[in-house]
Amino acid sequence: MPEIKRRITQAEAIREALAQAMEEDERVIVIGEGVPDPKGIFGTTTGLQQRFGKSRVFDSPLSENGITGICVGAAISGMRPVMVHQRIDFALLAMDQIVNNAAKWHYMFAGQVKVPMVIRVIVGRGWGPGPQHAQSLQALFAHIPGLKVVMPTSGYDAKGMLLAAIRDDNPVIFIEHRWLQGIADHVPEAPYAVPLDQALICRPGKQASLVAFSYMTVEARLAAEALADQGIDLEVIDARSVRPLDMRTIVESVRRTGTLIVADTAWKTGGIAGEVIAGVAETAFSALKRPPLRICLPDIPVPTSPHLTRDYYPDALYLARAIAAHLGGGVDDAELARRLVRATPHDVPQREFRGPF
Amino acid sequence: MMFTLYRSMLRIRRVEEAIAERYGAQEMRCPVHLSIGQEAVAVGVCAALEPRDGVFGGHRAHAHYLAKGGDLTAMLAEIYGLENGCCRGVGGSMHIIDLAAGFLGAVPIVGATVPLAVGAAWAARLRNEDKVIAVFFGDGTFEEGVVHESINFAVLHKLPVLFVCENNLYACYTRLSDRQPDRPIHGIAAAHGCRAVTAEGNDVEAVYAATRAAVASLRAGGAPVFLECPTYRWREHCGPNLDDHLGYRPGGELAEWESACPVSRLASVLSSSPEGAGLVAAAEAEIAAEIASAFTAALAGPEPQPADLSGYLYA
Ligand SMILES: Cc1ncc(C[n+]2csc(CCOP(=O)(O)OP(=O)(O)O)c2C)c(N)n1
Ligand SMILES: [Mg+2]
Repeated sequence: MPEIKRRITQAEAIREALAQAMEEDERVIVIGEGVPDPKGIFGTTTGLQQRFGKSRVFDSPLSENGITGICVGAAISGMRPVMVHQRIDFALLAMDQIVNNAAKWHYMFAGQVKVPMVIRVIVGRGWGPGPQHAQSLQALFAHIPGLKVVMPTSGYDAKGMLLAAIRDDNPVIFIEHRWLQGIADHVPEAPYAVPLDQALICRPGKQASLVAFSYMTVEARLAAEALADQGIDLEVIDARSVRPLDMRTIVESVRRTGTLIVADTAWKTGGIAGEVIAGVAETAFSALKRPPLRICLPDIPVPTSPHLTRDYYPDALYLARAIAAHLGGGVDDAELARRLVRATPHDVPQREFRGPF
Repeated sequence: MMFTLYRSMLRIRRVEEAIAERYGAQEMRCPVHLSIGQEAVAVGVCAALEPRDGVFGGHRAHAHYLAKGGDLTAMLAEIYGLENGCCRGVGGSMHIIDLAAGFLGAVPIVGATVPLAVGAAWAARLRNEDKVIAVFFGDGTFEEGVVHESINFAVLHKLPVLFVCENNLYACYTRLSDRQPDRPIHGIAAAHGCRAVTAEGNDVEAVYAATRAAVASLRAGGAPVFLECPTYRWREHCGPNLDDHLGYRPGGELAEWESACPVSRLASVLSSSPEGAGLVAAAEAEIAAEIASAFTAALAGPEPQPADLSGYLYA
């Protein structure tokens, strides 16, 4: 009998993955500022402490670097900690432990000790989080050998990749996006794993390969659908992992389409979009029919005012216009706008959203 | 003096209430952390400082900014994200500054401004300026390593810093007892070598007196002072609403602290004389008029221009 397709939000999918990981392995513990509180990290940890007890699910003092090191210490001593930060920006306080210890402990002792831990971090967006609460720092982590870095988009992948990350024997930076948490998706109930190193072609197409990261995959798919109706056939690839990048899937796609476009949630300079382009240029330069295109954030910190963020984040309409122009134009711009102008304010993910987050 | 303290607290209370009241219109599109219930700490400390002294805050900084003399219209405009805001819309409620008033900046990464306060005090020392720097932070922020590194350096160099810990018992929805062992916060500061004192955080006169003594000692070259003030946040951690229904506060706790309201406490003392009662009533009307016109002036500001942003990136 086919499974009845269950739809749950990404936040629920993550909570389910955490619960199942704790069920299948008693070494898994969960810790973070606010984990057992009434808000439960945007609903991703709600009820876990009631279910698994105070010896496995912990709140945390405001001590990001210390707790990260404590989790590294627990990880090398037989536990499998899952940490969470409500904003990726808070993990910056823990960069020393993440980069100097977690990423290197296995390597610098010649493989004698493993560091099986997951650090969940959430990229903020919308309703004025501003310069210190809405950074998209995947490239910072992806620069570090010894870390695995993933950015699932769908609820299905969020669950499967979180389970894979917790089962993995290495430190995994698991990057979520605030605007993905409320999106519902088909998510099977039984535990399953999604590999941490494979991109997903979520829309096959012939004319250009559009590689997107995290929330940009949502905008990329909308743009691709609108462009398809005007005869532009894009292949949309959800990168899913940032380190390692699945260059095989991307290069194979570019060999078919001849055009590479990368849409990232982060700044352009030094970002992962440039890394994707470099990888393609190194291995498939002759397949490129035109220069690659990066669609990223402008190289300035996230401002707060809605008047200043209105044009800060590239959306589906921006993507569609930029891609159409890159491919030579000839689209009906009014029709694109009709299809893609958002009905909701630009700084909230969906209509029922209310501040302050 | 008592009346000045009262007026300053009342003004902050009414500003925060006005923000809360208008927040639902969805025009202040940034997170707000209101100070309602905690006004006495901000006012008692800042009243004992001179205009030339400096103050830093954190995510919950409206009261500190206003108590130090920060421009009300510029703060409101900032929350509305307009060009006449104190950061031209770049910052919003969680990033406020008024250099003319000696409010040297507030940002929402917890603990972030504590070392900056020490650095500002260090610079004042190196430049032979007669200046005290105060920094406000919460009980939760005290758990950050950088706070302890900063206190250590300040004590080592005997810098003119006043560390003000507003202990409101919670960090977001997590109670102090779930984050720290049962020992006084100020005891740790004393062990660092600070002159550690406490003052009843809902008693503005007590905070003022403690700060006056602290500032005198700092100006005389004494050790950094750590002032811990027990107080209480009435509304939700972030946002305009009450949140008692969430169940993270023990039953009756909020009501108990509301009955120890720092503003009405002083109002009833002042109102015991007919003259005082007249002043209290007049203050209410004056403040209401000031706030109404500040909102009008704030909202009259133009929208900030994205093209200006890159100009702020490098000096
Ligand atoms: C480094 C960092 N970690 C976590 C947060 C999220 N956060 C914002 S306010 C807050 C609680 C702060 O508690 P406290 O210092 O007691 O101040 P209060 O809110 O009670 O005034 C937390 C955890 C943050 N902003 N920065
Ligand atoms: Mg607190």
